[in-house]
Amino acid sequence: MVSANREFAYDSKIEGDVIVTRADAAINWVRTNSMWPMPMGLACCAIEMMATAASRYDIARFGAEVMRFSPRQSDCMIVAGTVTYKMATALRRIYDQMTEPKWVIAMGACASTGGMYRSYAVLQGVDRIVPVDVYVSGCPPRPEALLDALLKLQNKVKRERSASKLFQQSA
Amino acid sequence: MTDVTAAVPLEFPQATPRASLDCPAFNLPAATAPALLRHLRDQHAFDFLMDITAIDWTAAKSPRFTVVWHLYSSTAHGYVRVAADCPDDAAPAVPSVCSLWPGANWHERETWDMFGIRFTGHPDLRRILMWEGYPYHPLRKEFPLAGIETELPDADIAAETGAKVKPAPMAGGPFAATPGEPMSEAEPRARDESWDEQREKPE
Repeated sequence: MVSANREFAYDSKIEGDVIVTRADAAINWVRTNSMWPMPMGLACCAIEMMATAASRYDIARFGAEVMRFSPRQSDCMIVAGTVTYKMATALRRIYDQMTEPKWVIAMGACASTGGMYRSYAVLQGVDRIVPVDVYVSGCPPRPEALLDALLKLQNKVKRERSASKLFQQSA
Repeated sequence: MTDVTAAVPLEFPQATPRASLDCPAFNLPAATAPALLRHLRDQHAFDFLMDITAIDWTAAKSPRFTVVWHLYSSTAHGYVRVAADCPDDAAPAVPSVCSLWPGANWHERETWDMFGIRFTGHPDLRRILMWEGYPYHPLRKEFPLAGIETELPDADIAAETGAKVKPAPMAGGPFAATPGEPMSEAEPRARDESWDEQREKPE
């Protein structure tokens, strides 16, 4: 486990198999520490994303090493690169195919705002077509910045009211 | 290499020399361009098609569009340029050279996409960069760099997200690079549009 989760309580009076926690804490703990990214590599940011996944920076330390090229198996889309209008609809279609819950990291200047491409062909920020959770500055960002974005996203997921959402959906 | 500057006008009376600072260059009517290109390939060993592009001389000029072919000789290591004005300004068209060089296929699709010049005889003249159904040809002079508002390629995604193709915010741009050091000063950026007592507010 990456960070100490103080919401898990172990009671020595009840030896063995029982721990007490809130449903939110348990669900969010599972979600944060095994986030499977959908690598949406569209430009040079994807090279930095690959470096983040490789041995030196090793995104596996934060439980997000399982890059899935199928949207149905992934829950965190990392939009790494310039999103053209032609690609934007494909990107949205892939996002729609991801199963809930899902999050989006806009990696780099282009994905966040269109970057230096003030042009007829480029979507001026991927948040115009999918909801973005974390924006990463940089052109391209260093691997540390992407790792920081992942940690920020994990903190955000930890604060979500997952259980009540689940119960609302089932009701 | 055979001297194409001297030889081609003798062999092709329609071809006239074109002003050029580097390689031999010719103007000629669009209809005869494939014949000259084939002749250059077969008789003068210009076996490699480097590029097909076009020039838009703005809507005020006629002929408005000029298509340009660049050929290279892989044996003599020299270039030649052939240019042809498109006869019709409203629906410009020139003959395709896909039968001479298969590589012309994508160049001609790109020229069609960006300038709206049709290549008659092209086997599959679709857009190559912009999506099918995009209403403009972006490299035409009247098209603004920021773009024009239009619909997204897929209607269902547009309905779902409410997103459209919108003009990019230029913010005083287009981005301009200033040569010099340090890198933080030299890199391309939007022009400074800030205003104060000394500098007037830009429109």
